[in-house]
Amino acid sequence: MQRFLQLPGAVVRPGGRGAGAADQEAASPVLAPEGGPPPWYQALQPEELRWLQAPEEDTIPEASLEGPGPEPGQSQSQPLRHDDLKEMLDTNKDSLKLEAMKRIVAMIARGKNASDLFPAVVKNVACKNIEDPNQLIRASALRVLSSIRVPIIVPIMMLAIKEAASDMSPYVRKTAAHAIPKLYSLDSDQKDQLIEVIEKLLADKTTLVAGSVVMAFEEVCPERIDLIHKNYRKLCNLLIDVEEWGQVVIISMLTRYARTQFLSPTQNESLLEENPEKAFYGSEEDEAKGPGSEEATTAALPARKPYVMDPDHRLLLRNTKPLLQSRSAAVVMAVAQLYFHLAPKAEVGVIAKALVRLLRSHSEVQYVVLQNVATMSIKRRGMFEPYLKSFYIRSTDPTQIKILKLEVLTNLANETNIPTVLREFQTYIRSMDKDFVAATIQAIGRCATNIGRVRDTCLNGLVQLLSNRDELVVAESVVVIKKLLQMQPAQHGEIIKHLAKLTDNIQVPMARASILWLIGEYCEHVPKIAPDVLRKMAKSFTAEEDIVKLQVINLAAKLYLTNSKQTKLLTQYVLSLAKYDQNYDIRDRARFTRQLIVPSEQGGALSRHAKKLFLAPKPAPVLESSFKDRDHFQLGSLSHLLNAKATGYQELPDWPEEAPDPSVRNVEVPEWTKCSNREKRKEKEKPFYSDSEGESGPTESADSDPESESASDSKSSSESGSGESSSESDSEDQEEEKGKSSESEQSEEESGKRKMKKRKKVAEGQGEGSSSDEGSDSSSSSSESERTSDTEEEQVEPDSWRKKTPPSSKSAPVAKEISLLDLEDFTPPSVQPVSPPTIVSTSLATDLEGLTLTDSPLVPSLLSPVSGVGRQELLHRVAGEGLAVDYTFSRQPFSGDPHMVSVHIHFSNSSETPIKGLHVGTPKLPPGISIQEFPEIESLAPGESATAVMGINFCDSTQVANFQLCTQTRQFYVSIQPPVGELMAPVFMSENEFKKEQGKLTGMSEITEKLTLPDTCRSDHIVVQKVTTVANLGRVPCGTSDEYRFAGRTLTSGSLVLLTLDARPTGAAQLTVNSEKMVIGTMLVKDVVQALTQ
Amino acid sequence: MIHSLFLINSSGDIFLEKHWKSVVSRSVCDYFFEAQERATEAENVPPVIPTPHHYLLSVYRHKIFFVAVIQTEVPPLFVIEFLHRVVDTFQDYFGVCSEPVIKDNVVVVYEVLEEMLDNGFPLATESNILKELIKPPTILRTVVNRSTNVGDQLPTGQLSVVPWRRTGVKYTNNEAYFDVIEEIDAIIDKSGSTITAEIQGVIDACVKLTGMPDLTLSFMNPRLLDDVSFHPCVRFKRWESERILSFIPPDGNFRLLSYHVSAQNLVAIPVYVKHNISFRDSSSLGRFEITVGPKQTMGKTIEGVIVTSQMPKGVLNMSLTPSQGTHTFDPVTKMLSWDVGKINPQKLPSLKGTMSLQAGASKPDENPTINLHFKIQQLAISGLKVNRLDMYGEKYKPFKGIKYMTKAGKFQVRT
Repeated sequence: MQRFLQLPGAVVRPGGRGAGAADQEAASPVLAPEGGPPPWYQALQPEELRWLQAPEEDTIPEASLEGPGPEPGQSQSQPLRHDDLKEMLDTNKDSLKLEAMKRIVAMIARGKNASDLFPAVVKNVACKNIEDPNQLIRASALRVLSSIRVPIIVPIMMLAIKEAASDMSPYVRKTAAHAIPKLYSLDSDQKDQLIEVIEKLLADKTTLVAGSVVMAFEEVCPERIDLIHKNYRKLCNLLIDVEEWGQVVIISMLTRYARTQFLSPTQNESLLEENPEKAFYGSEEDEAKGPGSEEATTAALPARKPYVMDPDHRLLLRNTKPLLQSRSAAVVMAVAQLYFHLAPKAEVGVIAKALVRLLRSHSEVQYVVLQNVATMSIKRRGMFEPYLKSFYIRSTDPTQIKILKLEVLTNLANETNIPTVLREFQTYIRSMDKDFVAATIQAIGRCATNIGRVRDTCLNGLVQLLSNRDELVVAESVVVIKKLLQMQPAQHGEIIKHLAKLTDNIQVPMARASILWLIGEYCEHVPKIAPDVLRKMAKSFTAEEDIVKLQVINLAAKLYLTNSKQTKLLTQYVLSLAKYDQNYDIRDRARFTRQLIVPSEQGGALSRHAKKLFLAPKPAPVLESSFKDRDHFQLGSLSHLLNAKATGYQELPDWPEEAPDPSVRNVEVPEWTKCSNREKRKEKEKPFYSDSEGESGPTESADSDPESESASDSKSSSESGSGESSSESDSEDQEEEKGKSSESEQSEEESGKRKMKKRKKVAEGQGEGSSSDEGSDSSSSSSESERTSDTEEEQVEPDSWRKKTPPSSKSAPVAKEISLLDLEDFTPPSVQPVSPPTIVSTSLATDLEGLTLTDSPLVPSLLSPVSGVGRQELLHRVAGEGLAVDYTFSRQPFSGDPHMVSVHIHFSNSSETPIKGLHVGTPKLPPGISIQEFPEIESLAPGESATAVMGINFCDSTQVANFQLCTQTRQFYVSIQPPVGELMAPVFMSENEFKKEQGKLTGMSEITEKLTLPDTCRSDHIVVQKVTTVANLGRVPCGTSDEYRFAGRTLTSGSLVLLTLDARPTGAAQLTVNSEKMVIGTMLVKDVVQALTQ
Repeated sequence: MIHSLFLINSSGDIFLEKHWKSVVSRSVCDYFFEAQERATEAENVPPVIPTPHHYLLSVYRHKIFFVAVIQTEVPPLFVIEFLHRVVDTFQDYFGVCSEPVIKDNVVVVYEVLEEMLDNGFPLATESNILKELIKPPTILRTVVNRSTNVGDQLPTGQLSVVPWRRTGVKYTNNEAYFDVIEEIDAIIDKSGSTITAEIQGVIDACVKLTGMPDLTLSFMNPRLLDDVSFHPCVRFKRWESERILSFIPPDGNFRLLSYHVSAQNLVAIPVYVKHNISFRDSSSLGRFEITVGPKQTMGKTIEGVIVTSQMPKGVLNMSLTPSQGTHTFDPVTKMLSWDVGKINPQKLPSLKGTMSLQAGASKPDENPTINLHFKIQQLAISGLKVNRLDMYGEKYKPFKGIKYMTKAGKFQVRT
């Protein structure tokens, strides 16, 4: 056996000490024998250094004391073996280092003493490898360091963790998060410092780190709920991309968080809950709709403020819901408990299906899930009723599962389904598994007590069981019948008689005792039989079990009190027998009873009350589930399962009476100066599938009307906010996904067509510069005022891509310069400069224009945004009854909302009458797409034309935005579909940055196409012009002459779009587009290829 | 979180232990043994056992108890799910998960366990990443007897945005196979009517494609699927909006999707069982007769039919003659098993004979339940059909294959 405990060969080197210890002392990490302190220590403050050096002599002894000792069988030290490990650590080969470190971790994790390797590790790993250029080595080094359970290295570990917490690599930061609980368990005095690190890591935006840091939070400072505020929305949004284990931890923590920060969504429903009787019989849905309850609710309502769900509360519910589809049972359970504890009643139902699905899993999973379902089904029975049959029991189920399923079935039984349930129970009674049969009989008893209508049926069924061949079945039935009869004894004299007869046959003591108790208690219902039973019992008294003997005495006493004429002698006989019984309990009881019932000289006082004592009316026992009220433990927790508080259990707090300030979760938009490299780097680590922005959820007026809430299913409720301005994050994604697919199918045919059309328009669409200027001016000032009302939401938005782009005042002038320099056959349609994304009024922007034009451009000919496509027709003048409308994509940031594509609309009136009141009518937009309307044009005289600017947020998809163009008299249905190249804005980048970003967007984010450039299209500026015409990208400087690079970001999500064209002098070229948005990438490649090869 | 892991075989020997924090004495398992004794059967050992200082959470698979020791509150399913993941990983590495195999590969086992948890918190549990870190044993490596299986390459997969897929995958033959496997869970009552029936389906995939392929799989009738759960690679939003499975597959074998076709839909039951099992009070002989026949099979053959039944304790022996196949009866466990094979609709298989009962004992009052196993090839009983499989992101043309199969899940006939 021992053999298997230790890894053979190289993997396990039993941690020897002793022989090697002396030598090791010389190699103490702090001494750093190889001349001079290693660079790593330079980071230490002088005090810290002293602190470190002081205990240096004790390093080894202390280490060996504290470190877990090696197991006896393995104590033969093999110091030599460690030398090769040390050698491996010293090499330059990554793989060797990695392997050595893994081996050490393996040893440490098994509790082996690795203290003699300690110096080598610290010297070689911590000092060198923690600064290794390879992130995996850095991570492994930290993992090794933090696994050394030796108090002496606490300060070193602390420093290493702090260092790693601000590492470039998210993987290293994840490792840092993992190291936090290790250090905390080693030295809990470090808590304050560790909390600082946790706080820092909580702010991390990567999915890799999120799970690990929340785990560290839960272990170190679960009470510091305030640390979560700022990160709450981010955690909600990242959740779906976090790995499964992290999801469980985060969801569980967020459940607790939500309980402290939001109001109970069931406030208005609490009245219903206060009436358990009602809740038991009617399903909740019925009740919510029932007229009575509605009255009650409305009556109570005026007293309270109408409940409005906090948008953050809604965000949590919405973002966790998809995880019910997870393959991991733990995640599903975590979401289920979150919904159970946090969701409005009408929405909790969604979890039932997922939980029922888990019943197909391994029996251990079933066991845990059923326990939780049992608890839930008491509170919210309606939820599981449709799945009743899924809880039917199979003969092959393990007994513990059978019993739990039975519990659930019993909880689910109601007036309507009780016949089916009882029929099913009947089958179970014939099972071979006797424990299960006994549980079934008890379940029948509970159904009978709970559902008045079937009480008699159940009782009859149980009575029939009394003739069962199996004694256990009979005995259990007797016990249950006894309980049932106590509820209404008067009507059941017959059954008591029947039971009395059983005393001849039934041998199970508990059952015999129950029968005797019943006869004694209700002896007035069976006046003739009772004395006879006592007679028989007196005869067999000595052979009975103790529990039966006690009941015989009890029966005798009661009969003596009610019918002393017939039973006086019998009672005395029984009491005499009992007096000499071997069991002292029985002797005691006999003496006690005798004194109580038989009047004697001394004890008269009590015996007068004997009848009251013995025949007092006794309340019927309540048969209730053992799972009742277990939901005060957080569901899915260990404590809930054990029904006892486990070590480290965090109580689920009650809902607050008053909602704490919701603004604590607002995240300020970081200042511009903070856009360091780090910000940019993180960009790459964006979640893979979810690209939801951290926008605040919809403000929902949920639950103020419980009826509509319950009627509309959860799906609609989650969508109900989509029309509102700030609720894009969810619907946007859906939209985009939808967009992708439809695009990828259609793009082949359509994009071709579109391009053709565009090219034609290019030629026409020129020379409207001045008019568009005017229009944009007026529109932007109006949207300015719009903005002020939106500022709050703006603040909330933590992830607007804008903050990552460098101030565009830099790019604006350049753009200007280039467009004037570079374009031969086209003038830009507008001379308005690109206004900075921050709120700068247009007038200021125009001021800036003057400035920047005179400024010498920083990077000439690098950025070259031009207006893309020329004018496109929106409304033909014939169809528009004289009103002709065209539009262009101006490629300027839309001042109202940076996510919007700014579209210039040109109106011209070719009719004879003035057109009045031009405005945008109620747009019918696909979810996610939003429009910022242009201000109403009061009047357009005949022959006149005007320009207005509107913004459309296409959500990074080429979906059509349909809206109505209204005049005072007419409405025209028009639509705008953007070419893919218009969905982005140029960004400025250096060549290195470009390469770095490109390196991160490989694999499926990279789309490559080979093409041959026609002769006409080989000169530099033509290529640049063609590309920038198709796509609103900025040029990136490039070292080699044959390569062209362009960069941009999509407007809505701010995903990078990098385009590289590698053109050989021969004409052969390769086009590469790197973008997270694969659909955009694919379409862009097609468009650009077409433009270049034409 | 997870402190230690003990592996215990059915005879109660601890044959492997692993600690992620400090060493927990194996005497903690005594509490487990107590519970095991009380439970009589292995499957009835409670998965969660509290002890004064620890909690023991266990799963039982392949006749091995995997007992995790934890000290503080943690969602029990978290641990149970992890333990199952450990077993799955062993199976993935060694083909089977059994005591001798684990003992033979103890080095790999330790290395894998070490990577799976860090300080008790799951670290690398995706098979693709693990295999990059720790190479599975191969014959060659066994011969050379290398001391370690730690991979030479750095495990870049851990950094990937697609953590389930390793990078740089190359195949000469690019293939993607999908098996749609449906299991019918049903309870049929004495008279042959269905009490409950549902279909549980899975799509298991074996994808061997070069590079980073992006696949979409669409169904003819996706609305059939009542409840689904996905491999993390599936894009949930896409499914929500279009009912299309869009994903970058892991390399190798994986379960893409599990689904449920609810009991509300009428489930076709492809077999019926006629039975006549009777005990008489007077005689010590009982009659036993079973016939199995096809029903609603959509013209397909039912194969691999196995009938098992747990007979009552009172049955001493059975003398039966099958019309086809072989049968066994174990007088100790009272388990009757009849391997029928294919069902020929012209000549229905039957098993007839007598049961000898304990003399003098009263007749058992329960009738045995009959469990049925069968397979139907090339049929998904729910009617689910894959419409098409498309690949984006890579240039080559992969070979695509789709197979359908229907099996009996927990299929019981009450008698």
